[in-house]
Amino acid sequence: MPEQLLQQIVNGLLIGFMYSLIAIGLTLIWGVMNIVNFAHGDFLMVGMFTSFWLYTLYGLDPLFSIPICTALLFVMGMLIYRFIVSKVMAGPMLAQLVVTFGVSIFISNLAVYLWTPDFRLIAKPLLSGTWNLGAVQLSIPKTVAAAGSIITSLAVFLFLKKTRTGKAILATEMDREAALLMGINTDRVNSLSFGMGAALVGIAGAFLSTYYYIYPQVGGLFGTIAFCIVALGGFGSISGAFIAGILVGLVQTLGGFFFDPAYKYAIVFMIYLVTVWIRPQGLLGW
Amino acid sequence: MKVPVFSQKSFGVVALAAAVAFPLVVGNTFFQHIMILFFMFATMAVAWNIMGGYAGMFSFGQVAFFGIGAYTSSFLLITCHVNPWLGLIAGGLGAAIVGAAIGYPCSNLRGHYFAIATIAFGEIVRTCFNNWKMVGAAEGLSLPMLDEGLLNFMFHSSKLPYYYIILVFLLIALAVCYLVSTSKMGYYFRAIKESHDVAEVLGVNVVWYRLMAVMVSAFLSAMAGTFYAQYVLYIDPDSVLLLPISIQIVLISMLGGAGSVMGPVIGAAILIPISEITRVWLGSKGTGIDMLIYGFLITMISVYQPRGVWGLFAGAGRRAR
Repeated sequence: MPEQLLQQIVNGLLIGFMYSLIAIGLTLIWGVMNIVNFAHGDFLMVGMFTSFWLYTLYGLDPLFSIPICTALLFVMGMLIYRFIVSKVMAGPMLAQLVVTFGVSIFISNLAVYLWTPDFRLIAKPLLSGTWNLGAVQLSIPKTVAAAGSIITSLAVFLFLKKTRTGKAILATEMDREAALLMGINTDRVNSLSFGMGAALVGIAGAFLSTYYYIYPQVGGLFGTIAFCIVALGGFGSISGAFIAGILVGLVQTLGGFFFDPAYKYAIVFMIYLVTVWIRPQGLLGW
Repeated sequence: MKVPVFSQKSFGVVALAAAVAFPLVVGNTFFQHIMILFFMFATMAVAWNIMGGYAGMFSFGQVAFFGIGAYTSSFLLITCHVNPWLGLIAGGLGAAIVGAAIGYPCSNLRGHYFAIATIAFGEIVRTCFNNWKMVGAAEGLSLPMLDEGLLNFMFHSSKLPYYYIILVFLLIALAVCYLVSTSKMGYYFRAIKESHDVAEVLGVNVVWYRLMAVMVSAFLSAMAGTFYAQYVLYIDPDSVLLLPISIQIVLISMLGGAGSVMGPVIGAAILIPISEITRVWLGSKGTGIDMLIYGFLITMISVYQPRGVWGLFAGAGRRAR
């Protein structure tokens, strides 16, 4: 029992770090633009499929396709912002909520159309197997993915704090009009943050593809969980999303362990409802 | 904000006459089926509109109320042989109570936070029904065959009675929406939509009126749920509790024009035939192309017609906000 529990905690941490990376992309977009990107999970799916096809067609291991996934998703995010999202920013709020649903349905069904709804796996990734650490089994691909997620999150954090562009993004997040008055091109910041948000799930997608099933609807669940994480961490807060991602990963696996695994996602959604009820600003929001 | 009631009324009379005459002229059951779905979704969109269009609470979890209605009446019919009409009332009350229970803690949430809370709510309800053995879990519930007749809410030989029943449901929903929109409550709803804080300062009991909006909306949606169960005679979580149904309801209202009585009906009249016909023509192979078109449509509507087509009919005097 204690060993199983320890194993569950480790599993929770490993999936939690992935959640963090996905949620950081979402919170960046949400914080800067006040747009809820319901297509976020589908961006993840595109990342996973990109990695899958690069492996299947060209034999490129997912680890090496990370830069390609990142670049591709970055461009895709920028284009979606430029041609769709930017056009509804001035419109009614309902349209802002619905538009990314449209994008989500479009992308996931494009994937169904092109590649059928089948579940796929990368047959022989470079990383596989487990490390045995006494009582705990550590899956190698999951551990590497978690490490990659931590490094990427740290890089995003440093980018936002240390570079001029990053500071411009943070300034826009705090006060759009003031930022505009300070000479920040907020439209460029929007497009950059949307691109970055998408690129981050591109990285997450490449890592996930080493051990997770790849199918067109895979994004739905990750996307919805990411909303709960963003709310828990606090609106637009990068470090909040990072911590909340780990917490949600732990709660999900432990909830499945102590109660019924079938309800583990319901528990995650309950966290969202309880958070917005008790502490609407989230853990680290202001 | 000026709402042109007269133009809506005259439009309504013509549309109603056409709706009553339709199945007598068109005998094709496929078209009758589309019309039934149109009325059903219109009913739910009108219910959504009371919450979303008037009170400004954008719910993406309406399917939960629909599902609760369908499940309550079916469960009561199967286990206790309760008449579906009583089941309909029970389902409506059940949905309203659940709506109030979830709406109360959410009563201070606005905008995106509220919208996501409703998604979470819908998904929790779906997960519960999907695993709840007593109501058939993932396998769902099959309704027993009863004698045909209005009393049993069951007809086997023709779709016509279903057609007129759901038309009456739609008219009830429209009447409720009309009454709400012209009453004091309707003005309070709009005040809350314009500004939660200002309404509160001016003495509107915001929490209470928001709950009222949720409960009315839940009851009407649950009615449509019972109808669906009686019409199809089989329900499972994948048919009555899926998130895309909620999104479809929002989209219908937005396309038609949120915040006007007839808007959602027009939205449903446009969207349901399109989505049903593309689904039947293109969707049977499971290639996803029908949903592809649908997603494209949602995106285009949000970008180019976010205030709804009702605005085009009603002239320049009306603006959704």
